[in-house]
Amino acid sequence: MIKAILIFNNHGKPRLIRFYQYFAEDMQQQIIRETFHLVSKRDDNVCNFLEGIYFTLIYRHYATLYFVFCVDSSESELGILDLIQVFVETLDKCFENVCELDLIFHMDKVHYILQEVVMGGMVLETNMNEIVAQVELQNRMEKSEGGLSGAPARAVSAVKNMNLPEIPRNINIGDINIKVPSLSPF
Amino acid sequence: MALKIVKGSIDRMFDKNLQDLVRGIRNHKEDEAKYISTCIDEIKQELKQDNIAVKANAVCKLTYLQMLGYDVSWAAFNIVEVMSSSKFTYKRIGYLAASQCFHEGTDVIMLTTNQIRKDLSSPHQYDTGVALTGLSCFVTPDLARDLANDIMTLMSHTKPYIRKKAVLIMYKVFLKYPESLRPAFPRLKEKLEDPDPGVQSAAVNVICELARRNPKNYLSLAPLFFKLMTSSTNNWVLIKIIKLFGALTPLEPRLGKKLIEPLTNLIHSTSAMSLLYECVNTVIAVLISLSSGMPNHSASIQLCVQKLRILIEDSDQNLKYLGLLAMSKILKTHPKSVQSHKDLILQCLDDKDESIRLRALDLLYGMVSKKNLMEIVKKLMLHVDKAEGTTYRDELLTKIIDICSQSNYQYITNFEWYISILVELTRLEGTRHGHLIASQMLDVAIRVKAIRGFAVAQMATLLDNAHLLTGNTQRNGICEVLYAAAWICGEFSEHLEDPMQTLEAMLRPKVATLPGHIQAVYVQNAAKLFATVLRKHEGETDSQAAQETSQLLIDRLPLFVQSANLEVQERASCILQLVKYIQKLQQKNVEVAEEVTALFAGELNPVAPKAQKKVPIPEGLDLDAWINEPPSESESEDEKPKAVFTKEEHKHSRSRHTEVDEKELARRREVRKQEQANNPFYIKASPSSQKVYDAPGVEHIPVVQIDLSVPLKVPGMPTSDQYLKLEEERQQKEKAERKKKEKKKKREKRGKERKADSGPESEEDIRPAHQVDIVTEEMPENALPSDDDDKDPNDPHKALDIDLDKPLADSEKLPVRTHRPEVLKSPAEDRVNESIPQETNKGSGKEKKEKKKGKEKDRKRSKEEKKKKKHKEVEEELLESQPEEAIQSEETKEATAPPTSTSTEASDLDFWLCSAPVPPAAQEETAPSSAAAVDTSSAAAPESEPDEPKDAEPEDTKSSKHKKKKQKKEKEEKEKKKKKRHHHHHHHSDAGGEDSVQNGTVEEEEPLPPMSNYSLLAENSYIKMMKEDADQVYDIQGNHQDESKVVVSVIFENKSDSFLKSMEFNVLDSLNSKLQRPEGAGPHDSLTVPFQLPPGVSNEARFVFSVQSIVMPQKLKGTLTFIVKSDESSTHEKLDFKLHFTCTSYLITTPCYSDAYAKLLESGDLKGSSLRLEGISMPFHHLLARICFHHHFSVVERIDSCASMYSRSIQGHHVCLLVKTSDQTVSIDAKCDEPSLLGNVLDEIKQTFSKC
Repeated sequence: MIKAILIFNNHGKPRLIRFYQYFAEDMQQQIIRETFHLVSKRDDNVCNFLEGIYFTLIYRHYATLYFVFCVDSSESELGILDLIQVFVETLDKCFENVCELDLIFHMDKVHYILQEVVMGGMVLETNMNEIVAQVELQNRMEKSEGGLSGAPARAVSAVKNMNLPEIPRNINIGDINIKVPSLSPF
Repeated sequence: MALKIVKGSIDRMFDKNLQDLVRGIRNHKEDEAKYISTCIDEIKQELKQDNIAVKANAVCKLTYLQMLGYDVSWAAFNIVEVMSSSKFTYKRIGYLAASQCFHEGTDVIMLTTNQIRKDLSSPHQYDTGVALTGLSCFVTPDLARDLANDIMTLMSHTKPYIRKKAVLIMYKVFLKYPESLRPAFPRLKEKLEDPDPGVQSAAVNVICELARRNPKNYLSLAPLFFKLMTSSTNNWVLIKIIKLFGALTPLEPRLGKKLIEPLTNLIHSTSAMSLLYECVNTVIAVLISLSSGMPNHSASIQLCVQKLRILIEDSDQNLKYLGLLAMSKILKTHPKSVQSHKDLILQCLDDKDESIRLRALDLLYGMVSKKNLMEIVKKLMLHVDKAEGTTYRDELLTKIIDICSQSNYQYITNFEWYISILVELTRLEGTRHGHLIASQMLDVAIRVKAIRGFAVAQMATLLDNAHLLTGNTQRNGICEVLYAAAWICGEFSEHLEDPMQTLEAMLRPKVATLPGHIQAVYVQNAAKLFATVLRKHEGETDSQAAQETSQLLIDRLPLFVQSANLEVQERASCILQLVKYIQKLQQKNVEVAEEVTALFAGELNPVAPKAQKKVPIPEGLDLDAWINEPPSESESEDEKPKAVFTKEEHKHSRSRHTEVDEKELARRREVRKQEQANNPFYIKASPSSQKVYDAPGVEHIPVVQIDLSVPLKVPGMPTSDQYLKLEEERQQKEKAERKKKEKKKKREKRGKERKADSGPESEEDIRPAHQVDIVTEEMPENALPSDDDDKDPNDPHKALDIDLDKPLADSEKLPVRTHRPEVLKSPAEDRVNESIPQETNKGSGKEKKEKKKGKEKDRKRSKEEKKKKKHKEVEEELLESQPEEAIQSEETKEATAPPTSTSTEASDLDFWLCSAPVPPAAQEETAPSSAAAVDTSSAAAPESEPDEPKDAEPEDTKSSKHKKKKQKKEKEEKEKKKKKRHHHHHHHSDAGGEDSVQNGTVEEEEPLPPMSNYSLLAENSYIKMMKEDADQVYDIQGNHQDESKVVVSVIFENKSDSFLKSMEFNVLDSLNSKLQRPEGAGPHDSLTVPFQLPPGVSNEARFVFSVQSIVMPQKLKGTLTFIVKSDESSTHEKLDFKLHFTCTSYLITTPCYSDAYAKLLESGDLKGSSLRLEGISMPFHHLLARICFHHHFSVVERIDSCASMYSRSIQGHHVCLLVKTSDQTVSIDAKCDEPSLLGNVLDEIKQTFSKC
């Protein structure tokens, strides 16, 4: 079982948290902090497994983000490592060159993608094309319903943003692109 | 209204969406909390609006805030509102929020049940999908109970997307509602063979999770998993299955044997490291489970170790890590194979990666032996010196101690060396394991009597140089060793050379800076030392010195009397008064040493940690019984013991004692437990030895930090390295000595109380440097030897320890909601037997009842089907390994089909487990089991089975096989008589492999009379041919719809005294039915019967016919020619016969859902017909059994004296019967889509009953 999936950046700011076992919010934050503490002090060239306080941690570090899967003994370490790779590649496909900003502003979408990969702590699908297809079908369905932020709201939000020129929008995205290395066969 | 909408959308224009919120938070870095609180206020406003879009937007933002750690449970109700929106966009947001913040304590969850049910049955697959995903995160026991049935239905949804989600979520449902496991399991099992790989993988996933916790219940699935393992190419599935096998092998060593080969193949062939690694892991598990039984697996071990070495040497740190991890598993059973890689592992200690170093340390733990312990520890000590981070150094320290102390100090040959190591370890700066070192010192000093002198000397030195250790006075700091040192010096003070000096050291003013609990020990042991000093001086009649000692104590102790620590103060003042009294006596020249020593006399032995638990409860002691009359309500039981220390607040409760009720009592009990937990004088359930050292307020004692940058070499302290050299010399010397003595008797072993040496190397050769005496731990008298299970009673998986092989009972069905229509979806293509997707309408109550039972039935059915599939596998396996005619394998299988379902499971597994490697042996194994229960006729038949049935050589054994089959049947009949609830007839368990299920729901009825299916075909003086009148049928689906195949089994029995051979079987084909002949044979050629018959022997052969139309019964004329060979002559003989194909022989027993059945009847495609039978006196269930047995029907539903039955022809005609009985009259209403078929079937039924 996967107990939790945490994504946070190099400073420990959470970008996505998904617990498959109930913890109160403060406990969740503590787990994030402790996990970050454990993971962040490790070099990039050491192994990706770590005996955490609560579970085994399996993580990957991409540019500015850490993807951490907290698992119990029934999961294969290397398998999960590959799963993280699949997940990140899927993100990359869905967001077209994913970067941290995508995750920051579209946490909900990342959740929806994750939901197609892992469900209730168990691996649902490992085939990237299948995942992408399902996500896209659902997005299309959302679009056909008009989406959450319909056209008027978006227009207003654009106007609002024009009044606030200091908001950094899509600046330097190129720098924090997640580099997806070429995959070795599973 | 319109205005409202306009207003709503204008409001919306100024709402923040998620992106705005995120942007806002990023722009307010300095006052983030304040900004968020204004946002939350806004969200609260938005949630109050009616517009669902606004609400959804707000909930979406809340999900983000939840991630940042804000509690959003206050919006739970709004989340439910958004969940129940009809738009997918909002629904998805709602479910996401719910999955992030709902949990079992969320009370609005109860409101969601119906909404979720609605979403689950939504026509849009993504509504269902989203609901399943959400539910998987917040399912509660109530939800699981209410929705289990709906989810189970979804497991057969037409869309694989839904199926795989439904399968996965079942695991969560099982956890929360264990009762659902048994009813749902057959379907889950079915999904293991789902055509969609994703669903299959999900099912494997769930079963693996289940099996990991309760492996024994899933052993019977091993063959199925084995098949999956050898056929699947999905690495995920393979990994899961291989991991599962790792959990199963300890329970069934035979499974391990079977696994070794395919796993080894996988190891050799796979390029995926993950798979390779899991294979190696499971091979290791197998080897562990086999370690006792099969010694000769060195090749596999070698392979594993070799592969692991490759992993460890890999530059990828991940592989290195996992390699070490797996290596440590091999180490447990095959230490020798790992020890040869010691170099590699020691190398890993230098790795830059801490996790790898730690794993390597774990390995070292298992690799030590008497020979290499000192060497390894020396290496570790070097690492301790080099180590930078304190955590790693501490880890090293604990590992050194673990390594040395493992299994009762088994590997230590020289305890002086060990004490030196411990003393050396005390020089580590900033360690947090002072306590650990201290307890080791105590343990060794107490348990190894021979070492006490040395230990005391070392401890005295430590005490003398206590200032070196006091740098770190935090809890668990290195100063803890002083605790041990003081106690050892005091307790074993008779070994001290100069007790006076030690006493002096212990009473230095500096001591007052130590933590309280250490001071207390100092004071107490100073008194012990004092006693020793007195005795020494009195022995020398040196009253002056003795008095000086008393004076020293009287001078120094007041310092401790003033201690803030209660323990220290109390002990100090007691001892001070004692010493003052002694001084008085001394001044009167009274000899006191004897009496003072007596204060501390007696040996302290270690007590086993479990000792307390093991004290047997004396007979007649009932701790729950009242000793006195139970107190009246007013006097609550917990008041009395607290009387002395009761705090103010508790006194209040006394004034209102009249209203003390159960709740209050429970609360107080809780409070009292809490208090006891905090009370250091209470013995807790799991006493941790550490508690002893804890004293409140230690941290507050002002401490002068002594900063020593250079670790001092303490004079007089031997370093452990010396011992290493000494040891080497000693061993060499011993070796030389031994060479001299070689021819003499074996040296008797030293170390009498030590465990028999079981070290990996030839340990006997190394004897301890000096006699050691490890005192064993004390246990109470009459201690119960049983080892308690330390299982956590709160483990949710405990509830899932359910026997899945037992047939389902009526009471176990899942609750079905009946007040509204339910949609049953079943994928048409993967269900051969009922290809109609069902939709039941609102019906009468009876119908619903039927439906329930039908489902029940269905579960049973699918279970049985599975079983049969397993049979098939077995068969296939046999076919693979023994490519012979199908007839042969069918027979084998028939012989092995046991009569009852439970035993089927068990013996199937047995069969499977022993069959594959050597198929003939397997037959042998199973044959006796079937023959075992039978009468003497079996004794006559040789029990060995033929390897090559086609050969002429083992002719007699062939017939024995047939006999066995007969015996089999007899056995079945016997079983029936044993009032088995489920009667399975395995006459036909071959080929199509259908059982006729009878009376599935009938409890305790009269036993059935034996039934036989064989009828006489033709007979002459030489031979008798018996035909099974209900032929087993192959169902050829799809493109061969119009040409079905029928198998006819014919038993040939030799009645003569001659040998019958060259039997040829021929049938005159009709337009409709043709005998299947081998390719190339003409339409009139005869078939050779594949055996010969010695006198008195019978055997069975099968012939396949292809049939076009099945609506009419048919008769085929045929001839059997054979040669009768007697001693003197051989004649050619001929026997004519007529093969009668009844219409019922074209029916296949096909179980049917009662709802599918109802639907079928409603469809109106079926033509009706009816039949009346008079004078039927047999019980109704016998009647049904007969119809099932002879005519291949299955009971769909039975209510009292009325039953509905179903069957299907090989060409897909549905045949439905409604059988009613009253007063010896049976009326059968039948419907079928082919009237002539129906008419013939009814005629045949009539015939069956007219015969009896």
